[in-house]
Amino acid sequence: MIRYLASRIFQGLLVLFALYTITFFLVKAMPGDPFTGEKNIPEDVKRNMREQSGLNDPLFIQYLNYPKAVLLEGSFNYSIKKKRPVVDIIAQAFPASLALGVSALIFAVMLAIPIGVISAFRRNSWVDYSGMAIAMIGICVPSFVIGPLLQISIATHIPALRIAGWDSPIDILLPAITLGLGTAAYLARLTRGGMLEILSQDYIRTARAKGLSTSRIMIVHALRGGLIPSVAFIGPAFAALISGSFIVESIFQIPGMGQHFVTAITDRDEFLVLGLALFYGFLVVVMNLVADLLVGFLNPRVRLAELDA
Amino acid sequence: MPLLEVDNLKVRFHTRNGIVRAVDGVSFAVEKGETVGIVGESGSGKSVTCYSLLGLIPMPPGKIEGGTAMFDGQDLLSLTEKQLSKIRGKRISMIFQDPMTSLNPYLKISTQLTEPLRIHDGLGKSEALDRAIAEMDAVGIPDPKKRIHSYPHEFSGGMRQRVMIAMATITRPEILIADEPTTALDVTIQRQVLDLIKTRQEELGSAVIFITHDLAVVSEVCDFVNVMYAGRFVERAPVGNLFREPRHAYTRALQASIPALQTKGEELYTIPGRPPDLRKEITGCVFAPRCETETREQCLTDHRPELVEVTPHHWVQDCPGCLGRWAR
Repeated sequence: MIRYLASRIFQGLLVLFALYTITFFLVKAMPGDPFTGEKNIPEDVKRNMREQSGLNDPLFIQYLNYPKAVLLEGSFNYSIKKKRPVVDIIAQAFPASLALGVSALIFAVMLAIPIGVISAFRRNSWVDYSGMAIAMIGICVPSFVIGPLLQISIATHIPALRIAGWDSPIDILLPAITLGLGTAAYLARLTRGGMLEILSQDYIRTARAKGLSTSRIMIVHALRGGLIPSVAFIGPAFAALISGSFIVESIFQIPGMGQHFVTAITDRDEFLVLGLALFYGFLVVVMNLVADLLVGFLNPRVRLAELDA
Repeated sequence: MPLLEVDNLKVRFHTRNGIVRAVDGVSFAVEKGETVGIVGESGSGKSVTCYSLLGLIPMPPGKIEGGTAMFDGQDLLSLTEKQLSKIRGKRISMIFQDPMTSLNPYLKISTQLTEPLRIHDGLGKSEALDRAIAEMDAVGIPDPKKRIHSYPHEFSGGMRQRVMIAMATITRPEILIADEPTTALDVTIQRQVLDLIKTRQEELGSAVIFITHDLAVVSEVCDFVNVMYAGRFVERAPVGNLFREPRHAYTRALQASIPALQTKGEELYTIPGRPPDLRKEITGCVFAPRCETETREQCLTDHRPELVEVTPHHWVQDCPGCLGRWAR
């Protein structure tokens, strides 16, 4: 188990390094630099500012300097535009995105798993068709449509809800629904597919031949295997949800991370882009690992294979 | 009165490509402690016959169109799902063909083995576990105290089939339905599993319905044999009669295809052609296109041949073509 974890962590570090490399060169490939703007700054002042940020060093040195600072000093450098440490910016914005993402995931799971299970159990019935039709709509309709629709149709009529803002706990409701709906839709379809796969297995027939009740067959015999595709999907999906959504956070005016992903690029704020990319990469790696461990917990055959490896 | 009496069972599958008459008027009876065989090719309706008794065919597309199956004064075919599930796995239990896929890979053997006891007999956890360990011992699984906490993938195919048998016999059922229990196993293991089923049957006094396509197996385990073809029984007889004097061309062809009974070095006999498409309405003798008797021209074409009793307890479809001398 420890060996497995160690090798997975090592793999994760490799992934992060590859991610860093790609992001670094993509950022460098962008035209302009952090000091390009409408203000006309004299060339020698610009050179001075670049010098301060270490942007005048040869490319290869810059490429090595960043990971060196990260590993040796634990420093993710500072945002050139905002003149604040990258870590501070993420630390300030992440809690809102995290709260929103967790709520969205809870909403998605609570909605999607039951719909998926019931659709699979009653396949080709009206329950199944309507459940899957709604899921299809959920996948197709983008959040910048759902968000305003919720604001108009719900928030304007219920006094407790506000159209936008991030002050009281209830403000999380509508953005969480908006953010979670797409995930829920995808999750419902995955759950249905996973359950259908399991329900067609011989051992479900065995369970029926033993005289088990339908609910026991569903919960004890089918759910465990049927949820595996969903669990594997939830891992990376969770990373995506908690790292912030520019659209949802803009619509509902939430001070999360989403805005930084966009502005960092338009500002050519190199270190902020790198920091955000690595942070997101880190979340994906960790969540994937968690998901794989959960799948191993659910599936004894996988558990065995992992221990052998 | 027989333990189970199936009368004129008809099962159809309403598929997109037409109605499949999987079981078309089948009748048989099972006495206490008796072993009844149902033999036939793949797709002849053997399994569907037994699955429909326990409500295990998928409905839809499957539908039981007629018939009765009297078991202890009640008609299995008209019971509700709830009533039926009290009988399934308790008084009538099943062993399936492929032990690799018939056990749940996600659950420990202990869970799967104690399940019937816990739901049917209301036993507590530790009591059920003790019974399950004893049952594993009875089916010849070594070191059951330890092995019971394993997962199915930690067992070999033969051992898994033993677990299946233990699971089916743990509630001491009156009828055990064995659906090709040896087909998926190694030849060396087949023997052991057959012996095990017989032993358990004798110990528990259960009746067994044995579904197989292997006549050699039938000759060893069955008391009475029903030969099934295209959803109907073509011949029914006590096992001795069936092997001594098979009447129907299909039964004789099946016997001729047992490799062990053929001369060494000769090409193995196979029945020509394929089983008929059960989606098509058949008017005459179903076996006519594959019949190899001298009299095959006389096979019925205008109506289906009826089962008639030629000697006591020996029934055969009354088709003049199929009953004639074999051409080979």
